[in-house]
Amino acid sequence: MSGGADRSATPPVASPVARLRDVRLMYGKVRAIDGVSLDVPGGCVVGLIGPDGVGKSSLLSLMSGARALQEGTVEVLGGSMAEARHRHAVCPRIAYMPQGLGKNLYPTLSIAENLDFFGRLFGQGGDERRRRIADLTRSTGLAPFLDRPAGKLSGGMKQKLGLCCALIHDPDLLILDEPTTGVDPLSRRQFWELIDRIRADRPGMSVVVATAYMEEAARFDWLVAMDEGRVLATGRPRELLERTATATLEAAFVALMPEEKRRGHKAVAIVPRTGDASDIAIEAKGLTMRFGDFVAVDHVSFRIPRGEIFGFLGSNGCGKTTTMKMLTGLLPPSEGEARLFGQPVDARNIATRRRVCYMSQAFSLYSELTIRQNLELHARLFQVPEDVLPGRVAAVAERFGLTDAMEALPDRLPLGQRQRLSLAVAMVHEPALLILDEPTSGVDPIARDAFWEIMIGLARRDGVTIFISTHFMNEAERCDRISLMHAGRVLVSDTPAALVATRGAATLEEAFIGYLEEAVAESRDSDAAAVPDDRRPSPPPAAAPSAAAPSGERASGRFFNPRRMLSYTLLEGLELRRDPIRATLALVGSLLLMVIMGYGINMDVEDLSFAVLDRDQTTVSRDYTLNLSGSRYFVEQAPIRDYEDLDRRMRAGELSLALEIPPGFGRDVARGRPVQIGAWIDGAMPTRAETVNGYVQGMHSQWLASRSQTPGLATIETRFRYNPDVESLKAIVPAVIPILLLLIPAMLAALSVVREKELGSIINLYVTPVTKLEFLLGKQLPYVGLAMLNFLLMVGLAVTAFGVPLTGNLLALSTGAVLYSFSATAMGLLMSSFMRSQIAAIFGTAIATLIPATQYSGMIDPVSSLGGAAALIGEVYPTTHFLTMSRGVFSKALGFGDLHAAFVALLIAAPVLIGASALLLKKQER
Amino acid sequence: MQASNVLNLGIKELRSLVRDPMLLVLIVYSFTLAIYTAATAIPETLNKAAIAIVDEDRSPLSARIAGAFYPPYFLPPVLITPAEMDARMDAGLDTFALDIPPNFQRDVLAGRQPAIQLNVDATRMTQAFSGSGYIQQIVSGEVGAFVQRYRGEQTLPVDLALRVRFNPEMNKGWFGSVIEVINQVTMLSIILTGAALIREREHGTIEHLLVMPVTPAEIMVGKIWSMALVVLAACAFSLVFVVQGLLAVPIGGSVALFLAGAALHLFATTSMGVFLGTVARSMPQFGMLLILVMVPLQMLSGGMTPRESMPALVQDVMLAAPTTHFVALAQAILYRGAGLDVVWPQFLALVGIGAALFSLSLARFRKAISRMS
Repeated sequence: MSGGADRSATPPVASPVARLRDVRLMYGKVRAIDGVSLDVPGGCVVGLIGPDGVGKSSLLSLMSGARALQEGTVEVLGGSMAEARHRHAVCPRIAYMPQGLGKNLYPTLSIAENLDFFGRLFGQGGDERRRRIADLTRSTGLAPFLDRPAGKLSGGMKQKLGLCCALIHDPDLLILDEPTTGVDPLSRRQFWELIDRIRADRPGMSVVVATAYMEEAARFDWLVAMDEGRVLATGRPRELLERTATATLEAAFVALMPEEKRRGHKAVAIVPRTGDASDIAIEAKGLTMRFGDFVAVDHVSFRIPRGEIFGFLGSNGCGKTTTMKMLTGLLPPSEGEARLFGQPVDARNIATRRRVCYMSQAFSLYSELTIRQNLELHARLFQVPEDVLPGRVAAVAERFGLTDAMEALPDRLPLGQRQRLSLAVAMVHEPALLILDEPTSGVDPIARDAFWEIMIGLARRDGVTIFISTHFMNEAERCDRISLMHAGRVLVSDTPAALVATRGAATLEEAFIGYLEEAVAESRDSDAAAVPDDRRPSPPPAAAPSAAAPSGERASGRFFNPRRMLSYTLLEGLELRRDPIRATLALVGSLLLMVIMGYGINMDVEDLSFAVLDRDQTTVSRDYTLNLSGSRYFVEQAPIRDYEDLDRRMRAGELSLALEIPPGFGRDVARGRPVQIGAWIDGAMPTRAETVNGYVQGMHSQWLASRSQTPGLATIETRFRYNPDVESLKAIVPAVIPILLLLIPAMLAALSVVREKELGSIINLYVTPVTKLEFLLGKQLPYVGLAMLNFLLMVGLAVTAFGVPLTGNLLALSTGAVLYSFSATAMGLLMSSFMRSQIAAIFGTAIATLIPATQYSGMIDPVSSLGGAAALIGEVYPTTHFLTMSRGVFSKALGFGDLHAAFVALLIAAPVLIGASALLLKKQER
Repeated sequence: MQASNVLNLGIKELRSLVRDPMLLVLIVYSFTLAIYTAATAIPETLNKAAIAIVDEDRSPLSARIAGAFYPPYFLPPVLITPAEMDARMDAGLDTFALDIPPNFQRDVLAGRQPAIQLNVDATRMTQAFSGSGYIQQIVSGEVGAFVQRYRGEQTLPVDLALRVRFNPEMNKGWFGSVIEVINQVTMLSIILTGAALIREREHGTIEHLLVMPVTPAEIMVGKIWSMALVVLAACAFSLVFVVQGLLAVPIGGSVALFLAGAALHLFATTSMGVFLGTVARSMPQFGMLLILVMVPLQMLSGGMTPRESMPALVQDVMLAAPTTHFVALAQAILYRGAGLDVVWPQFLALVGIGAALFSLSLARFRKAISRMS
C-alpha cells in the first residue's frame, strides 16, 4: 500500500470531472438512487463506499453512460450524459469496468484477442494496437500469457486484463466498479500497485472506484460514503476519520450510518472451541483432480473434527472450489478418497447428502422464486415434515433477518441479503456440515459480521462443522484452523495465530502473501505459464501509452466506422471458431437435412392401399380391379367382406380407397345399362385424398375408353416443363436449399446479441463509440460467411450427389444467396435484439422461421394459392423470393435479367430487417 | 424415487415459467394465432391455380373451354399470345398454360383427334400433378359435351360415385390445424425442457440440486411432468377453442383419447428435450440441435406429405420418431373416430419410444451435469 498516504495529502483538483444534480433512479418500484447531488473531483482517485445495494453501481453506470438517466442531471467531462451526441463524443475518453470478474471480456478469446477487440472498437490502426497491447501487457505482467483464453485466467489476472482493456484508449476518466471483489490479497495488492504506476504516468487521469474493502478505500484521495441511494458524507479519508472520531474507515462508516442500522451491529466475538478432536467430520486423503493434463487439485489431505470452523484460503483458481465439489460428491476425484462422518463420499448416498449443505460461489438459488418459495422448496426437498415446515421456515427467516422480504424475488435484493438467503436455505434442514464457497464475497462489512455471528453460533452451540473459503483476512482470523492453498496443493495448515507466528509476520495478510510469493517463486522455474507473473519491474515511463499520440480516430466516423464494425466481426468469427461443434453442426447438419428432405419429401404418391368389395365377381369386375392394382399407384389388399369390414378397415387407416362393385356389374356393362361403382376415399389427410381422387377418376375414364369402341375426340399432350420426367427430387432439392439457408443461419445469429445480454458483455455496446448498426452488421458478417459456405456445399451436393442439373446462371444464384443470407441472419438478430432470455430467443426464432419457411413460402403450395394472413406473410417473406430464384436458376435456366423482381424483394428485405433490429436494440441499459 | 420431491420440483418449474412473460406470450401465440393462420392458409390442393390460355382457334369450343376454368380451383384464365407463354412460365406467373391449336373445333368435329398442348410448371409439384389431371378432365368433359350436343353421341354409362369419408370436402384446414397443433406441441415441449435444463446449468442451480437429497431421476421427472402439463393444457385449449371453436373443425372421435395420446407423446418429446439438453454444451449448440431435430420431425412424420410416398428407408427410420405415431393416432381418433381398439399400436409405440428416450437421457444426465459444472 505504498504511496497511498502521501497522495491523499494532495488536494483534489478543483474542476470536477463529473457533476450530479438530484439524480434519481428506479428499478421498477425499487428506488436505487434517491436524490444524489455530487461534484466528483478530477485528477485523483475517488472512492465510493457503502453496503451492497445502496446504489454505488447504479451511480457509476449512469456516469459511464451505460444506463439511461431517469431523473436529474449528470454532467461528465463537460456535457450532459442525457444527450446521445455528447455521450458519443466523450465515450472515447471514458473507460468503464463493470462489476463481476471479467464481465465485459470474452471468455473464449485470448488476452491478445480481447485487447485487439477493444483497440478496434476505438478505431485504432494495426500498428497502434500492436504497440499499445505490447505496452499494456508488459506493464501488467500479462505479456507471457497473450495466447491464453480469458476464461481460463485466474480472477486477479482477469481483472488486470479488464484494466488493460479499459486503458487501451487512454481514457481521461476511469470508472471501476468493485474491481477487486472476489480477488485474493496478493492479486489485490498487485492490482492497486498497477493503478498507482499508471497514474504516475498519466497524472491527469481521474479514477472513480466503488469498493467493499475499507482498507482499500483508506488509500483513495477522496471518498463518497453512500447508504440507501443517498450520500452520507464526502471528503478525504482523514477528514472522515476526524469527523467521526474513529480509528478505521470501517468504524467510521458504521458511525456515519443512521442510528437504527447501527443498533444491530456489534463486533464479532469469537468463542473458543471446546470439543472432541477425535470425532472427525471431514477427512480427505490424497484427493486429486485432473482435467486432461491439468492437475487442478494435487494430493490434498486434511482431517476436520466435528464443530470446527475450517478456513480455506488461496488465490483464485488454486483448486479450492474443485476440492469442495469433490467433498460434496459433485465431482468424483481422479485419485484419493474423501469421507464425511466416516462414510465415503458417494454421489448416490442420499442419507449423507441430507446432513450436508453446500453453498456454491455464485448465487445459485432460483431467482424466479420468491424467498419464501425458495425456503419452502428446499425444506420440502430435504424432507422437513409438513407440520413443522411453516415454523421452521419462519424461524430461519427470523434468524437471518429475512422476515420482511419473504415475498420478494432474490434479484431485487442486494448481494448481502442474497447471500444470507443462501445460508438460510442451507440451514433450513439443520445440517451437520456446511461447505461454503466464498459466501461473503461482495458482501459489505456489516452484513459480513452478522453472517459470522450466525456461523459462530452454529458451530459452537449446535456443533455444526463449517468448511469455508474466503478472501477476507479478518474472516480467516475467525476460523479455528486455516489451510493455504496454491496451484492445487495445500501449502500450510494451522491456526491463524500460529501461522502469523511461524512466518514472523505482523498480520495474517502479510503471512499469507509471504507464503504465496514463496510458492510463486518456486514454481516459476518449473512452469512459468501456470502462475500469475506480476512481479516484473514496471516499464520506463517513456514506453507507457500516455506518451503516444491521441488514441485512434476519435473524431472520424460518427455514424459508421468499418473498423469498429470489423472488431465485432472478428469477435463473432473467433467465438464461432472456438466452438467448432456449433459450426460443424451448422454445416454437416444442413447437408444431412438436405439429404433427408430431398429423399423424404415426395409429391409422387405411390403404393396407396386399396381393397374391393366385389359383389359381382365376373371377369369384367375383375378387369376393373386389375386396372387399378396393375398401376404403380395402388396396391391391392385383401378383399373387403362386407360393409362392417369396410368401415373398420377405413377407420383404422388401413385403406386409402375402398371400391364397391355392385352385383350384375358385368352384365349391365355389356348391355349398356347405367351402372354405378361406389368409391370411398379416406379424407383424413386431404392431400392424399385429392391425389387418390385424381388417380381414380383418371383410371376410371381410361377403363371406359378402353371398353368403348369409339376413338377419343381430342388428345391432350401434357408437357411437364423444367422437369420433364417429373422427378420429385429435382423439384424438391432446389426448394430445400432456401429453407435450410434460412433456418440454420437465423438460429446461429439468434443468440449472438441475447447471449451478450445474459452474460453481461453487452456493456461494451453501451460504453464504447460503436454504433448499433456497426454492432449488428459486425455480428452478422461471420454468419453470412458461414451461410455462404453452407450454400456452396448444398449446391455442390445438389449437382453431384442428387444429380439435379443447374441450368441457369450460378453467379446470379450466388448473388441472390448473399442477399438472402443477410436477410436470414437479420431475422435471427431481430429476435435477439428484443428478447431478454436465450430460451425466448430460440423459441421466437423457431416460430418465426420453421412454419413460414416450410409452409408459406411456396415449397409445396404456391404462394399465390395461400389464403388469410399466411398469404401476406408469404408475399413478403424472403424465402419466397429466394425460392423463386433457386428454382429459376436450377430448373428454368434463368439469369439476372429474368429474376429482377426477386432481387428487388431481397434488396428491400435485408435492410428492413437490419433496420428493425437496430431500432429495437438499445444503446443504453434502461 | 419420492413422489413429493417430484411434485415439488415440478411446481418449481411451473413457477419459473410464470416469471418469463415473453415466453408465456410466445406459448399463447403458438397455440392460438399460429394455429389459426396455418389452418386458414393451407389451400385445397388445387386452389387459385394460375392458368393462361393461348387461344389460336377462337372458336365457340375454345371459348367454352376457356370459360370452364373458374375459382376456387383456378384463377380466371389469362388469355395470352404464344410468344408470351415461355416468358410468363419462366417468371413463375403461370403454373399451367393451355395451347389450343388453330382449327381445333373443326378438327374435333371432323373426328381428326386434334391435340391440345398443356404446359405444366413441374417445379410446383402439388399443383402440377393434381392440376393437370383436373385440366384434362375439364377439357375432355367440355369437348365431350360440345360434341354430344352437336352429334348426340353416347358414352358408356358407367358412373363412378366418389365419396370422401371423414372430410367430405377435403378441407385442408381441418387437417392443417391439427398438424399445426402437433408441431407446436413437439417444438414447445423440446424447447421448454431442454433449454430450461441448460439454463439451470448455466446459472449453476442444477449443481445446487445435485447436492441435495434428490436423485437425477426425480429432477428429470419433475421437469417432464410440469412442462408436459403446460403443453398438454395449451394443446387441449387450442383443440377445443381454436380448432373446434374458432375454426369449426368437426372432431369425429374422443378428444379425451386424443389428449391421452398427446400425454404419451409429450412423455417422449420432453425426454427428448432433456436428452438434447444433456448433449448440447451451450444454448447456441442447443439451438442448432433443435433445428436439426425439428425439421425432420415436422416434415417427415406424415403431417406434411403422405408417408406412403417416402422411400422405405425413411419410412422405417421415422418409425422411431414419436411424431409419426402421434400424427397417425391424431388422424385416426380425430377424423376417423377411431377408438383405443384401433389406435393401441400407436399408443404402445409411443410408450416404447418414450421409455427408451427417458432411460437414455437419465443415463446421460448426471454425467453431463458434472462435466458442465
